[in-house]
Amino acid sequence: MKIHEYQAKEILRQYGVPTPRGMVCFSVDEAIAVAQQLGGPVWVVKAQIHAGGRGQGGGVKVVNSVHDVGTRAGEILGMQLVTHQTHADGQLVRRLLIEEGVQIAKEYYVGMVIDRSKQRVVLMASSEGGMEIEAVAAQSPEKIHKVWINPLSGLIDAEIDAVARQIGIPDAALAQARACFQGLYQAFVEKDAMLAEINPLVLTVDQNLLALDAKINFDSNALFRHSEIVALRDLDEEDPAEVEASQFGLSYISLNGNIGCLVNGAGLAMATMDIIKLYGGMPANFLDVGGGASKEKVTEAFKLMLRNPNLRAILVNIFGGIMKCDVIAEGVVAAAREVHLKVPLVVRLEGTNVDLGKKILAESGLPIISAGDMADAAAKVVTAAKGA
Amino acid sequence: MSILINKNTKVMTQGMTGKVGQFHTLHCKNYANGANCFVAGVTPGKAGQSYEGIPIFNSVSEASAQTGATVSVIYVPPPFAAAAIDEAVEAGLELVICITEGIPVHDMLRTRYKMQGKKTLLIGPNCPGLITPDEIKIGIMPGHIHRKGRIGVVSRSGTLTYEAVWQLTELGFGQSSCVGIGGDPINGMKHVSVMKLFNDDPETDAVVMVGEIGGSDEEECARWIKSNMQKPVVGFIAGITAPLGKRMGHAGAIISGGQGGAEDKLAVMEECGIHITRNPAEMGKVMKHVLKG
Repeated sequence: MKIHEYQAKEILRQYGVPTPRGMVCFSVDEAIAVAQQLGGPVWVVKAQIHAGGRGQGGGVKVVNSVHDVGTRAGEILGMQLVTHQTHADGQLVRRLLIEEGVQIAKEYYVGMVIDRSKQRVVLMASSEGGMEIEAVAAQSPEKIHKVWINPLSGLIDAEIDAVARQIGIPDAALAQARACFQGLYQAFVEKDAMLAEINPLVLTVDQNLLALDAKINFDSNALFRHSEIVALRDLDEEDPAEVEASQFGLSYISLNGNIGCLVNGAGLAMATMDIIKLYGGMPANFLDVGGGASKEKVTEAFKLMLRNPNLRAILVNIFGGIMKCDVIAEGVVAAAREVHLKVPLVVRLEGTNVDLGKKILAESGLPIISAGDMADAAAKVVTAAKGA
Repeated sequence: MSILINKNTKVMTQGMTGKVGQFHTLHCKNYANGANCFVAGVTPGKAGQSYEGIPIFNSVSEASAQTGATVSVIYVPPPFAAAAIDEAVEAGLELVICITEGIPVHDMLRTRYKMQGKKTLLIGPNCPGLITPDEIKIGIMPGHIHRKGRIGVVSRSGTLTYEAVWQLTELGFGQSSCVGIGGDPINGMKHVSVMKLFNDDPETDAVVMVGEIGGSDEEECARWIKSNMQKPVVGFIAGITAPLGKRMGHAGAIISGGQGGAEDKLAVMEECGIHITRNPAEMGKVMKHVLKG
């Protein structure tokens, strides 16, 4: 789960990481009021969307008067901000962060992720602040310094001192670096984060370390113990279809193609998308109905797919294990009837009670195209989508 | 022979009084030699009870001491599943298979750290389990699609594993053992650790390896195969069409920072001599082609 920059900074402040003073605003009037409250002479107006690259997209402006705060806030609020991480048509800006400007002497990068192969949290730090860490990794990997953290003893001050010196933080600021890095690690662990970045971490001209930008992503599997994080969720930043799907226990991701797919199991769902492409089509979505797909779940899944105006055909690919094919077939028939299906439907069933399942589909009177194996199913649905 | 489990393995179910645990324990008990293999259940506070004739104990160590079980399968809900693994490791079991999906990653980081230096092997979490056809099934896979034979299967997925197994069975190729290592980013045995076991198993002739986007396990396994594997390996990676930065159902199936993409994995696997296919409908056919030379 993702949150906004201002929310990430609020969490970091709770863990003793200093940030510039600032406040979230939803209107120009609020922005002006906050700017007056903060005082000058420099302010930063920052678009709050769940995507990086906001500055390059024109979503971050430094201004020198309260009047300009208002002007810039008016321009940015309501704009479709396009960055390399958004859709091509951008993301609507609904929130702003108004902050005091700071005088920067040096920028650093500090971040944490979970290293899957070492099975540790890894701290990454670099002297190349403000750049994306992926770009630094590609161009000058020697500038990234890593510390793999022991989950029982935690991050040790000596490790922080060493890495802080490696990236060029002056000794006078080491105590502050300890506070920043420890705070980041404590937040990372206690809030069940998957990724946390301070980029840039800046050294001001008066030798203070500040988190100028912050990003935290959380483990969806741990949200059951973090109602305070769930409360930060901004549904405006998420795909409405994906949000709705999650309410029905479906795992759904919108894609750019025109062939809907409904599959049981995440791996098989990905493989189904892949084989559609291999046979010359493009998948409209990833959709995993999970292990216990009921008639209700299948119906909701059909409704979700059908809301996509580009949809030209649907492929249902079920490998019935514990879930029996006849139960799924009944669900598919009932769902197709309920939604008055107009696009071609190709169904491939395999596994437990497959013959019974196929019989139910054949006797339903619905124009369901039955497929033998995955290849047959892919070929048939791609043809059907082209003909529709 | 087979890898990890056989008809003489003694298994306990952790979380056997839950609906899921009961359902699958019963199916496993009814598969092949299951009635002799599934000897205990563990649910704290329920000692003295039984389910389908299987006695329930308060703790793993008690169940192990009383029944001789050396393997456990876990269906405990996500908030408590990592602690269930810890308990099994502390009790000195040989193998723990964690079926539970949705365990917090930080819980698994601590559990894996504590497992260092311990003898217990972990399969999963978020996996279908493993099966040695006609001998024993531990997990949630449908037993009837399998057939006894000489092909090993290792996979990060559930239903996609069944797909691979079914293609093999349809073409007349039985399986020595099939191992689902799970779709989570922090897990126990990796592709490479299972591959080593298949390489050493005299009753396995070839292996189907099914991977997916995210992480670099498949690449690590491919490099090991290149210099060590004595048997042919057929490989498929799911997620060629997956967009960047999106978690595709499995917690571990995400292309992050441009790393973990399917094409990169396939390229490394091909380079290392694995017989790759981009067509998930042809995993069995490619194996047939490879074995017929």
